[in-house]
Amino acid sequence: MPLKILVTAKRVEDSESKIKVDAAGTGIVKEGLKYKINPFDEIGVEEALRLVAKHGGEVVVVSVGTKDVHEQLRHALAMGANKAVWVHHDGPIDQLGIAGCLQKVVEKEKPDLCILGKQAIDDDQGQVGQYLAEWLGWAQATFASKEESLESEAEKAKTPAIQLAADGKSITVIREVDGGLLTVSSPLPAVATTELRLNQPRYASLPGIMKAKSKPIEELTPAGLGVDVGVKLTVTKLAPPPARKAGIKVPDVATLVDKLKNEAKAL
Amino acid sequence: MSRAAITDLYRIDDLLSEEERAIRDTVARFIDKEYLPIVGKHFRNGTFPMELVPQLADMGVFGATLKGYGCAGLSNVAYGLILQELERGDSGLRSFASVQSSLCMFPIHAYGNEEQKQRFLPGMAAGKLIGCFGLTEPDYGSDPGGMVTRARKSGDEWVLNGSKMWITNGTIADVAIVWAKVDGGGAESIKGFLVEKGMPGYVAKEIHGKFSLRASFTAELAFQDVRVPAKNVLPGVTGLKGPLSCLNKARMGIGFAAMGAAVACFEGAREYALERKTFGKPIAGFQLTQEKLADMLQEIVKGQLLALRLARLADEHGKVSPEQVSLCKRNNVKVALEIARVARSIYGANGITDEYPPVRHMLNLESVYTYEGTHEVHTLILGKAITGLNAFGN
Repeated sequence: MPLKILVTAKRVEDSESKIKVDAAGTGIVKEGLKYKINPFDEIGVEEALRLVAKHGGEVVVVSVGTKDVHEQLRHALAMGANKAVWVHHDGPIDQLGIAGCLQKVVEKEKPDLCILGKQAIDDDQGQVGQYLAEWLGWAQATFASKEESLESEAEKAKTPAIQLAADGKSITVIREVDGGLLTVSSPLPAVATTELRLNQPRYASLPGIMKAKSKPIEELTPAGLGVDVGVKLTVTKLAPPPARKAGIKVPDVATLVDKLKNEAKAL
Repeated sequence: MSRAAITDLYRIDDLLSEEERAIRDTVARFIDKEYLPIVGKHFRNGTFPMELVPQLADMGVFGATLKGYGCAGLSNVAYGLILQELERGDSGLRSFASVQSSLCMFPIHAYGNEEQKQRFLPGMAAGKLIGCFGLTEPDYGSDPGGMVTRARKSGDEWVLNGSKMWITNGTIADVAIVWAKVDGGGAESIKGFLVEKGMPGYVAKEIHGKFSLRASFTAELAFQDVRVPAKNVLPGVTGLKGPLSCLNKARMGIGFAAMGAAVACFEGAREYALERKTFGKPIAGFQLTQEKLADMLQEIVKGQLLALRLARLADEHGKVSPEQVSLCKRNNVKVALEIARVARSIYGANGITDEYPPVRHMLNLESVYTYEGTHEVHTLILGKAITGLNAFGN
């Protein structure tokens, strides 16, 4: 049974960029930064593409932000998503605002399943998937993962980890929990959020990149969707992690062993 | 490794379309993640990472500029950018792609009949069939018209005799495009033969002892009364034009590729110079090092502009002249080699090991300097274009 799947593509700072806190101490220095799709979202796109390859259907990718998010939407389209929805918003926005926009897009697109990153790697808030499921009144399967390793044959064959029931009416998701795996089943429609170990996203094919150019990006606005994106959650302080202390040199092996044993307690 | 902003001082990025940038960045990510962690080991062991071939095929790298038959149909600029990133990893992987695409798939696409295209191209695009290109011989490199490999007609078959040397992918190839003179004729009689693995009398032997292109297979091919069916002859071309048109195609990509190696050396050396301290300060703070880095960057900016202009000419006019190609190949490989050597010196003693990339690129570029038209031959092609006088041969 064909599935319609909605996925997200948040624009986040590239984790390889050097991030510095700005002078005000509430944001980061944006100059010279590179951006990419939130890796958790990319895993969601990959899972959706695998499900659609197996069961048929289509993948719609959504992003909220300035025109810059087209780059991330095109990335998902190049991977194979069928169409994109851009919720155009130029100012600040918080998780409630983003989830509100997504809710309206879902009501419009009527997907069977939404797959979102469990969090975005910029602010690590991890709220949007849960808000979305709550407001839609849908079940949610968070932290979707799988039993097989990322080196397994199933992974190489791009087998989806999220299982669709034979009647196409429910899904089974393996969740990562402390020290183990928890398998849950939910009727569709549902929301799933992705864990890092769910899959290894594909590299977009080069013809796919060219094709992405002609795939449609629909433009919407929060006002048009009737969503109040007034910010309720503000960042009051941003602090970098403590700088690493310099290492020390030890004169001989005996001192090293002694320090490992008595100071680091590693032996 | 994220790119240093200074490398694109002239905002050459702005001269690329969004798709061209996305194609380059996708291949760059692949190289950073899948190839750079393993390339040192392959170079040391003299092996080639065959496991990357299916992934490159999935991305559409092989025969990327060709249309139909499972090929991507990309522009020459996009293809050049792909090669630049492959070479930033290592010339071994880039050479594999150049040979598969420009030297094998291109002639089948341009000069093959429909049956040959259907039989080989989709498999080659998918990386399931590997090709090699047999032009150079032990005694004939820059002078391919002198080749002694011959074919004579015998009923419905051709009987092939001779040998080819320095053949990238030779030992792993399923099909070799072998150029040979036919029926006692001269250079004008040269035809292309599709010699398939397993044909009796065809042997490929790995060449050992290389200090360059170690992460690539290089072979000597021998043909002793190899019976090649007539359906395996490329019908669309006769004479030196066949192999030379393939080379013109491949050499255009090399202009980009050389800049990939140069960028790897420059960015690596810059990072190293900023971290490595001597006399209590980073070596990047010394004037001599800064001059080295300034020279490198200056040549990279110039070389990238040359390569880009050349590929745009090819995209806009459908073809480029040999002398246009010669100028770019000649300049870019030479400066890349110089950049690699200077980068090596910035790394000091560390620069001589395979822990760091410059000596690997430097050794590879010694091959690139000589193959796809030696530096000297490109000089003569330009000399002939400038003066109208032919300085080749007698």
